[in-house]
Amino acid sequence: MTTILHKANTRGHADHGWLNSFFSFSFAGYYNPQRVQFGVLRVLNDDRVEGGKGFGSHPHDNMEIISIPLEGSLAHEDNMGHKGTISAGEIQVMSTGKGVFHSEYNNSPDQPAKFLQIWVFPNKLNVDPRYDQVRPDPSKGHNALQQLISPYPGPEAKAAAGNAEGTWIYQDAWFHMGTFDAGRKINYDVKRSGNGVYLFVIDGAFFYNGQRLETRDGLGVTDVEHLDIEAAEPGSRMLIMDVPMQNNIQ
Amino acid sequence: MEANILVVGRDRSILEVIERLINAHEGWHATITETEEAVLKAFKEKQYAIVFVSAGYSAPEEEAMRQKLTTLDPGVVVTRHYGGGSGLLENEILGILNKEKQ
Repeated sequence: MTTILHKANTRGHADHGWLNSFFSFSFAGYYNPQRVQFGVLRVLNDDRVEGGKGFGSHPHDNMEIISIPLEGSLAHEDNMGHKGTISAGEIQVMSTGKGVFHSEYNNSPDQPAKFLQIWVFPNKLNVDPRYDQVRPDPSKGHNALQQLISPYPGPEAKAAAGNAEGTWIYQDAWFHMGTFDAGRKINYDVKRSGNGVYLFVIDGAFFYNGQRLETRDGLGVTDVEHLDIEAAEPGSRMLIMDVPMQNNIQ
Repeated sequence: MEANILVVGRDRSILEVIERLINAHEGWHATITETEEAVLKAFKEKQYAIVFVSAGYSAPEEEAMRQKLTTLDPGVVVTRHYGGGSGLLENEILGILNKEKQ
């Protein structure tokens, strides 16, 4: 087993006034050759957008973009015809494929919106862009991991895999999240041989392999099949990203 | 650091945004093209540090372009531009130029 620890206070940082971002991996003007990506996980940005502010229309392509609002809500609009809001408790996915233009603004005029922006390299290039937005059942994510993302498109593929929760992306990746009482154990089996697991503490603290992980710390773990994690504080919330360490583009 | 950057893709509207973002950075100069023929023509007229292969081009097409262009100029970096927006574009370029300096 190998691990790589990214303490919260060592992340990249940019404060534009309206946007305050912490970067777990190299992004924009923050470039750290030791922290470019974890396998196909390329971007993990911890963003705070001030009320009424946001990102004007801009393009993306060939990137799987996952947004997880933590506080407040974002207004989204794209050239595929989607227009709506995404709020804390929901997950948004865009497979940007051969190209999409979109905008994202804080939906509140005066309250900040906080969210995680996660970008994963796809395993298929130039697909037709797709948009999805799901609200996982909040009762299932307490003292249990809840699947947010899997590689299984559609109910048949999900049923065949034995897990129909969440939405999907063009990658052999699985995201799970849960909120745990202090002392509760998480037993996590890596979903695919060759995948690594990136643990990101959203709230509270956890112990893994004798290491205490604090809020917004990240830990990448590779060459392992099973992880035993323990919540160290009440209301500790963790996002587990199980991703290929090599990208095999189909 | 000065750098000429050639971008080839099949989505004109995306290429134009990439061009604007690159040119907004001091010392970086973008040329955008849509076809392989245009890439080869541009490549003969100017020396490029980076060739980004953008939306619409497949992985085999990217590899074929890499083979051709690195034969013409072994120093050029031909790589996929993953369209993550301005933040990733800047970082991709910084990463490549940083490696070249070392």
